[in-house]
Amino acid sequence: MTALTKPLATIGRVTLGFLALVGRVAIFAGQSIGHIVRPPFYPREFLNAILNIGYFSLPVVGLTAIFTGAALALQIYSGGQRFSAEAVVPQIVAIGMVRELGPVLVGLMIAARVTSSIAAEIATMKVTEQIDALVTLSTHPMKYLTAPRVLAATLVVPVLVGIGDIIGIMGGFIVGTQQLGFATGPYLNNTWSFLETPDIVSSLIKGAAFGFIAAVMGCYHGMRSGRGAQGVGRATKTSVEAAAVLILAANFLLTSFFFAT
Amino acid sequence: MIELTNVHKAFGPKRVLDGVNLTINRGESMVIIGGSGTGKSVLLKCILGLMTQDSGSITLDGEDTAKAERDAFLARFGMLFQGAALFDSLPVWQNVAFRLLRGSLAKPKDEARDIAIEKLRRVGLTPDVADLFPAELSGGMQKRVGLARAIAAEPEIIFFDEPTTGLDPIMSGVINDLIREIVVEMGATAMTITHDMSSVRVISDHVAMLHAGKIQWTGPVSDMDNSGDPYVTQFISGSAEGPIEAVR
Repeated sequence: MTALTKPLATIGRVTLGFLALVGRVAIFAGQSIGHIVRPPFYPREFLNAILNIGYFSLPVVGLTAIFTGAALALQIYSGGQRFSAEAVVPQIVAIGMVRELGPVLVGLMIAARVTSSIAAEIATMKVTEQIDALVTLSTHPMKYLTAPRVLAATLVVPVLVGIGDIIGIMGGFIVGTQQLGFATGPYLNNTWSFLETPDIVSSLIKGAAFGFIAAVMGCYHGMRSGRGAQGVGRATKTSVEAAAVLILAANFLLTSFFFAT
Repeated sequence: MIELTNVHKAFGPKRVLDGVNLTINRGESMVIIGGSGTGKSVLLKCILGLMTQDSGSITLDGEDTAKAERDAFLARFGMLFQGAALFDSLPVWQNVAFRLLRGSLAKPKDEARDIAIEKLRRVGLTPDVADLFPAELSGGMQKRVGLARAIAAEPEIIFFDEPTTGLDPIMSGVINDLIREIVVEMGATAMTITHDMSSVRVISDHVAMLHAGKIQWTGPVSDMDNSGDPYVTQFISGSAEGPIEAVR
């Protein structure tokens, strides 16, 4: 192989590897959906997943949203002063939180908290032969482990996003009324009247997409984990990286779909 | 009867199984011996369908295992894993009764719990263990729970993967005796893989020695000490000198 063709071969190998990975993830995601809709179902596993992904994520989602909303209000006020537009704080906080920051930040927090936890749990189960044990006990690992988690994340993350949106707007409201001198009634009125149905719908749909991505990435990398502690560590790290990047990419695509005119 | 004919399995360039031929008769306790990394676990996983062999056939009562209806096929098996492979998130009784709580063998919860406690008693554990979680148990207790889970659904065939690994000699003896008693009592076909010779002498009717991807010797356990096979002789004696290369 000549010095000229060697780099081309490397580019080709990397490209083929990437495409193969995309194909494997797409097949895994499709199989996950197939297992969600076909019996047997495991309602107890589903309820556990709802609790773990939804309820126990509330504190981190709430804290992330309130500080982000508060900081956003300060930034908009400070930036808006440059062209005498500081009055738009309630509207911009609302639209910023609902359209972008709420879904993206909740998605990223879920990637950090839930994707990592799912990947580490399933990878450990694989390393300790618990996945093989499931098979010998006539239980399909994807039905028992993947389907409940993916379904739960897809249903519960939009709820978390909705809660995050509200708490984020509250953060802006607290800073706006307590620090920046906005009156309570007009602030709330401006927030409410400025938001439109597509803003809220897009936020919730983004939440569902991000939840699906986060859970699929956790399950996929957990199931394909290598051996030993290093394998579990690598699966966990890769799952979070992949989930975060895919969530940001999906956010761009969904924003383009909903708002690019 | 389980019959393996010319089974091959490789991982990349490494040939793990290189033409394995082996027959395990109904009601027989077969023990596969061999050094670490000789493919004993791979052989067992190929039979169960946890791995697919590259070539060769594996049949159960004359039916190709690859073509058998999966649930019905697996319902005939119980397995004790090397590290017990208990589900961390479930209490002991739900681990034991896992198969009885879901799928085609599902029973009401109370009945499944009663069966689990009876199986725990059978392996020498008291009912108060039932509500503990696997992480709260010692290694020996985890093996017993794994054994209870393997026999919970009264399978026809039970596989034991290194049943005494990581246990002290006394606990190893207890587990070996339990396995033998249970296999005889249930009339089950058993296949055990181990390199613990005390297990071999207690558990087996027949022994097969796996080395370099092939069955080097097979015969009744009573013939093992006088097999005349240099591989078996070296393995039993634990000598570094012989046809099996020992890396020092």
